[in-house]
Amino acid sequence: MSLELVVAAVMFTGVLAYAVLGGADFGSGFFDLTAGGDREGAALRTRIDHSIGPVWEANHVWLIFVLVTWWSAFPRAFAAAMDTLILPLLLALLGIVLRGSALAFRKYAATLGQARFFGVVFAGSSLVTPFFLGATAGAIASGRVPLDGRDGVWSSWLTPTSVIGGLVAVGTCIFLAGCFLVADARRGGEDELAETLRRRTLVVGLVTGLVVFAGLLPLRADAPTLWDGLTGRALPLVLVAFVAGLATLGLLLVRRYAMARLTAVLAVASVVSGWGVGQLPWLLVDEVTVVDAAGATATLQGLLVAFGLAAVLVLPPLAYLLRLTQTKQWTRATD
Amino acid sequence: MDPLLTSLAPLLTTWAADVSAAAEPAGLLPARQQMALSLGWHIVLACFGVALPTIIAVVHWRGAFRGDEGALLLARRWGKVSAVLFAIGAVSGTVLGFEMGLLWPGLMGTFGDVVGLAFAFEGLSFFVEAIFLGMYLYAWGRMDPRHQFWMLVPMAVSGISGTFFILSVNAWMNAPVGFDIVDGEVVNIDPWAVFTNDQVWMQFLHMWLAAFMVAGFCVAAVYAAGMLRGRRDRHHRLGFLVPFAFATVAALMQPFVGHLLGLRVAETQPAKLAAFELALETESPSPLRLGGIVVDGEVVGSIDVPVLGSVIARNSFTEPVQGLDTIPPDEQPPVNVVHLAFQTMIGIGSLFVLVVLAYWVARWRRRDLLGNRWFLRAVVACAPLSVVALEAGWIATEVGRQPWVVYGVMRTTEAAGDNAGLWWLLGATTVVYTAMTVGAVLVLRSMARRWREGEEDLPSPYGPEHGDAEVEPAGTGAAR
Ligand code: HDD
Ligand code: HEM
Ligand code: HEM
Repeated sequence: MSLELVVAAVMFTGVLAYAVLGGADFGSGFFDLTAGGDREGAALRTRIDHSIGPVWEANHVWLIFVLVTWWSAFPRAFAAAMDTLILPLLLALLGIVLRGSALAFRKYAATLGQARFFGVVFAGSSLVTPFFLGATAGAIASGRVPLDGRDGVWSSWLTPTSVIGGLVAVGTCIFLAGCFLVADARRGGEDELAETLRRRTLVVGLVTGLVVFAGLLPLRADAPTLWDGLTGRALPLVLVAFVAGLATLGLLLVRRYAMARLTAVLAVASVVSGWGVGQLPWLLVDEVTVVDAAGATATLQGLLVAFGLAAVLVLPPLAYLLRLTQTKQWTRATD
Repeated sequence: MDPLLTSLAPLLTTWAADVSAAAEPAGLLPARQQMALSLGWHIVLACFGVALPTIIAVVHWRGAFRGDEGALLLARRWGKVSAVLFAIGAVSGTVLGFEMGLLWPGLMGTFGDVVGLAFAFEGLSFFVEAIFLGMYLYAWGRMDPRHQFWMLVPMAVSGISGTFFILSVNAWMNAPVGFDIVDGEVVNIDPWAVFTNDQVWMQFLHMWLAAFMVAGFCVAAVYAAGMLRGRRDRHHRLGFLVPFAFATVAALMQPFVGHLLGLRVAETQPAKLAAFELALETESPSPLRLGGIVVDGEVVGSIDVPVLGSVIARNSFTEPVQGLDTIPPDEQPPVNVVHLAFQTMIGIGSLFVLVVLAYWVARWRRRDLLGNRWFLRAVVACAPLSVVALEAGWIATEVGRQPWVVYGVMRTTEAAGDNAGLWWLLGATTVVYTAMTVGAVLVLRSMARRWREGEEDLPSPYGPEHGDAEVEPAGTGAAR
């Protein structure tokens, strides 16, 4: 593999990590929104606060990681994407800002009225953000981001592929969140809550599966390059996504939540990697390849050093944090 | 929103409109305002991100290893405050990450791979900080406080490294290194040179100290205000003393570091120094001009101290500050904004030296100034002043670099995009950031109030028990 591809692969690993870890945080907004009034929703909202509280900031840094790697390694493609996709990106950004601050504010809000307000902002923006990030991915994957010039501030992303991308992103986030929350609830001894979550997650899983696979069809006409990749090189990933998705539903049915969580991660990771592998060798589909978009070689090498450091300095504590949150002691909903 | 920036906005608008009326891209002015607003907002929170972990570490250490329960309580409360501040700091930082590309495509498209590494390492620092923050905050009651203490150490260290890396980007913009331009192409890129740029160290140190001043004075001011209202228990004294000690060290070092930084500016950016010192022409030796503005090419209203300008800016009795008349007009920064911002910062910095010295000298002479209402009021005033100094310093640095975005290499007009729609973005950002500020103030105040009333856990109020409490806030509000 060439240096450019290695850097692109690591960058895409960041996308995957954000889709899975950050995605589960975003998806919990749906369950928060649908938890019901303050009495019956209190347990679920407390659980959500508690499950994502310790990790959301760390999960969020994956996005920063992707951004900085992109502009360091592939500066022109970055500038082009930012220029053309300014609207969906700004809308996603708005969602990120509102979600992060509202989550923190709600946790320490003094009155029920304030908590309700911040809660709605948190939950709503949690759904808006993945949609627009998915739409951004759709625009890139369908070859609508020109390397030079920026016509298409609207037309680049108001397309079938972008809408599908957005819906798939929202659906997979909710599905992941459901699988994570149901396991957390069980571990925290909240069996009744786990049952409710299980039911909702099953429904969400079915709908998301339909969206993902029905969404493939319009791609043939709207994003031919991606379609070729998905039905060619990336086909195994599409199949893995299908099988893992079904397995997750089955495991949820028989209440094997710990396993269900793993297969859910596998399913979502396969969907996202399907997109990545499907559009290779392009960075901006039909415009510039990964290799051609790369900036200075010295910088790519420097980035490898940064990745190495990250592997040593960041991954072990991150694994420790994620492990801690899975222990019985940390799952207890007091603090 | 930041009061200083708000009041400066019209000023910035007018100069930018007439300085660069010639052929400027539609995206320039809104992008500038947007950058000033979002950076000016983020930097205040960044100061807490950098300095609070260290300040908390001191009280946590006393609590965990010396059995001081009161100190441990402070650590716990400050931790909760930092949970709120860090959250909005992280999201406002993310805004900046996007903005580098959205507002300045010319800059990132051309130089992204020159400065990118600094951002990548900065990202690493954030990662470490975010991970250990999560652990620290949720470890209460789940981990031995002595074990928990060690979570603060990586946070403090990554605060330092994060500051260094982001400042290396800014230092690079002021004194670009690590590339050559051949036939209009950027070649021979050495991404590591960004870290060895001479300017980085002083800028980093200066910013790091500023962070301790902002966080130190702001936290100390809360407890000083409490003492003014008659709450003079040990809790308040300790809560005052620890952050104040940090602010003291920073305030005493800052003038020296700032002075060294100024000496570098004389070498690398003469136009900026001329604007700092309001030197329209080269005078040898140069006077120090206090106050004053330029009107129609004349300095009015300044107090000139002979020779002092040369002494301070050049470390010499004779060497002049190079005048603006030696700089081509299209390479001059807007003088008045830069000069006033610079002197505001210096003035406030000097005032801080007096305030902190007053306290420690009195203490050394066995007088306790914490009983003095005027001293306590002065400390309360130091909190907003430290933020004003911080903003003023950045305005001096950034506006003083104009018309360049990368000094001597790329003009800001070349970095901006051609998107007049950015005005909408600015409007929306103003609304969102105002709302975030209101939200943060509301929540932090209510936390303080509930702590005073003896509620320690601050449970999340979704359930009915807390819903009932909503009916009676009138009585509790009066206690404030
Ligand atoms: C609490 C904040 C604070 C205080 C009290 C001071 N500064 Fe400052 N100063 C900053 C906060 C700051 C800053 C906001 O952090 C800047 C902007 C860029 C930077 O690196 O630091 C800055 C920039 C800055 C620069 C410009 C560097 C450049 O353009 O590259 C100089 C020359 C000084 N400072 C000098 C001083 C002196 C002599 C001070 C003595 C009293 C002083 N500052 C107090
Ligand atoms: C590492 C730190 C920083 C970086 C990399 C940075 C980067 C930039 C960039 C790219 C611009 C736009 C181009 C230009 O107008 O020169 C800019 C402008 C500006 N920044 Fe900074 N900035 C930094 C710190 C700050 C901070 C903390 C503030 C807070 C007040 C600030 C205030 C401004 C202002 C007022 C402008 C507009 C200047 C003008 O165009 O007149 N900067 N900065
Ligand atoms: C002084 C120490 C600083 C700290 C500790 C700090 C803290 C942070 C944090 C926590 C984030 C978000 C990371 C996350 O998503 O979790 C961030 C992002 C960011 N901050 Fe700051 N900030 C600092 C200073 C500054 C300054 C002076 C500037 C420029 C004026 C700046 C510019 C940025 C940018 C551009 C980002 C986006 C992330 C990236 O692209 O690298 N920061 N910062």
